[in-house]
Amino acid sequence: MVDLSVDCGGLRLANPVMPASGTFSHELADIIDFDRLGALVTKTITPERRLGNPTPRVAEVSGGMLNSIGIPSKGAAQFVAEVIPLYAAFTAPLIVSISANTPDEFAELCRKVTVPGVAAIEVNISCPNLEDDGRAFAMRPHTTLQVMQKLRAATDLPLWAKLTPNTGEIPEVAAAAEAGGADALVVANTILAMSVDIRTRRPTLGKVMGGLSGPAVKPIVLRMAYQCVRSVGIPVIGCGGIMTAEDAVEYLFVGCQAVQVGTATFLHAGAMLDVIDGLEAFCRDAGIERVSEIIGTLSSSAEDGGMVWEAIA
Amino acid sequence: MIEAAVPTQSATPDRMPATEFDAEVLCNDPVNEEYNLMAVSVPERATGAVPGQFFHLLCPQKDALQPFFRRPMSVYRIEPEARRLSFLYKVTGTGTRAMAAMKAGETFNMLGPLGIGFSLPADAAPIVVLARGVGLATMAPLIPFARSRGHRVTAILSARTPDLLMSVDEMRRDGADVLTVTDLQGTSDVEIVEDMLHMLYGKLRLGGVYVCGSNRLMLAAQRVARRLDLFGEVALEQQMACGLGMCFCCVRPFREDDGVVHRRVCREGPVFPLLEAMQW
Ligand SMILES: Cc1cc2nc3c(=O)[nH]c(=O)nc-3n(C[C@H](O)[C@H](O)[C@H](O)COP(=O)(O)O)c2cc1C
Ligand code: FES
Repeated sequence: MVDLSVDCGGLRLANPVMPASGTFSHELADIIDFDRLGALVTKTITPERRLGNPTPRVAEVSGGMLNSIGIPSKGAAQFVAEVIPLYAAFTAPLIVSISANTPDEFAELCRKVTVPGVAAIEVNISCPNLEDDGRAFAMRPHTTLQVMQKLRAATDLPLWAKLTPNTGEIPEVAAAAEAGGADALVVANTILAMSVDIRTRRPTLGKVMGGLSGPAVKPIVLRMAYQCVRSVGIPVIGCGGIMTAEDAVEYLFVGCQAVQVGTATFLHAGAMLDVIDGLEAFCRDAGIERVSEIIGTLSSSAEDGGMVWEAIA
Repeated sequence: MIEAAVPTQSATPDRMPATEFDAEVLCNDPVNEEYNLMAVSVPERATGAVPGQFFHLLCPQKDALQPFFRRPMSVYRIEPEARRLSFLYKVTGTGTRAMAAMKAGETFNMLGPLGIGFSLPADAAPIVVLARGVGLATMAPLIPFARSRGHRVTAILSARTPDLLMSVDEMRRDGADVLTVTDLQGTSDVEIVEDMLHMLYGKLRLGGVYVCGSNRLMLAAQRVARRLDLFGEVALEQQMACGLGMCFCCVRPFREDDGVVHRRVCREGPVFPLLEAMQW
């Protein structure tokens, strides 16, 4: 038996595999055994009720998908009263994902979801900050620091900051999230993208632009996870394009403490369980007793410093 | 008063549990210029599907055709003894072209049965089924299902041309009275269809109306159902990703109380109360 447990952002997880926010809900329990997962992560909620974006809300592209679901939300009260209790039946810790358009509303929501049954709060700071011209909080270090400090003051639960891959300053944003009190980073949300249907000349998404996810994003997000691991002391949770256990192993090698699986679940409802089984098999075959032993064991002769242009020249 | 409906299956959580399984293609042939019929051999539990439910098909990625998502496909024929399901599908995009390229003997992955199927009215009341285009595939299994529960069934099938009408003989064999209307013959106007519905109601004391595949037919059915206080259901389509209620990409607007709400076609549907659906 391989020991798959890991310490991650203030929690001890039975294994390092969990769903990505927005690609999971209690309905999946009809099909897979939730007690086998490392953690359960809910779809982002916002303080107010909202309907979400116009359809079409998804489109397929080579090696992945675009989504502009938006955040259809029934608001905090309904979530706390009706959704959180649905997860009481499962052993895996519950992580709730929240978002808001101003730091104060964000902190207020953080307070409201600090309730029994919730093990940690994932703060989706990849969403637009209305006080910064609609730029996502996690686009820049100072807005990241500011919102994280407010969130930190609002709860004693572990805070996981979900970063956006759309920033050009990922190491700095990661460091700011840590300085602001994050207990872990989730790297990352979707990459802003679009596609066009050339028969109709229309964008494929009703909202024109949306987020790219799936296998196509993995090399980019893996690089960002690697950069984050090198710039913070808190655990990094890798999230982007994980379809198989091999993909998860790549993230663990670069130093991620755990992984989230999103789009893959849309293709195979049991994808997360396959990743867990595959991780166990990988360790067993390599004669490794504890999965934590492989974390951050990338062997690299190159000292890559900040000279990115050298690497790509 | 809308007559009490007996659900053909209960809503969550007692629904037939969906599973992922591999299905073997038994045959996959064109039925006309636009549609193909595929029959697959499936595990026993998959044949517990009820009319109106769908399966989420992972079409193989072949050559130039690289469908990424699964494709929802409503079940056209359910044959539990033979452990066989059939799908009648229009070959349009990447997914259905990849599906059309599959040959007998090949296998592919399916998830299902998913969604909420049709309900029948109480007292074995006669029903009428309205279908056009792809809606036909969804409606076809309702006929033997309703017949086996004692309902008299009239099917009104609508198409652009008589050539594109499908399943007329199968539906007759399944015990339906089949009426056909086409654009080419000028018989498919909604006014004509509405008159037919009124006439049928008068003659048979209809207990339910079911519609799929056309916005205009749905609106016609709604007008008739409202006027006659008739129980009705509509099966709707929407693009899907997860098929399980997780992603919220498949929502459509519905009337509820005095407002508009979004419901997921994959989860709260694909079959919905007729009068709550909104035009598209
Ligand atoms: C349909 C869909 C909805 C999503 N909704 C959310 C969300 O509500 N909050 C969030 O933080 N991320 C959301 N994401 C992003 C995922 O959590 C994840 O970061 C991203 O999809 C990359 O992982 P993947 O390649 O494994 O899918 C969503 C992704 C998809 C595909
Ligand atoms: S397809 Fe994902 S919720 Fe319906």
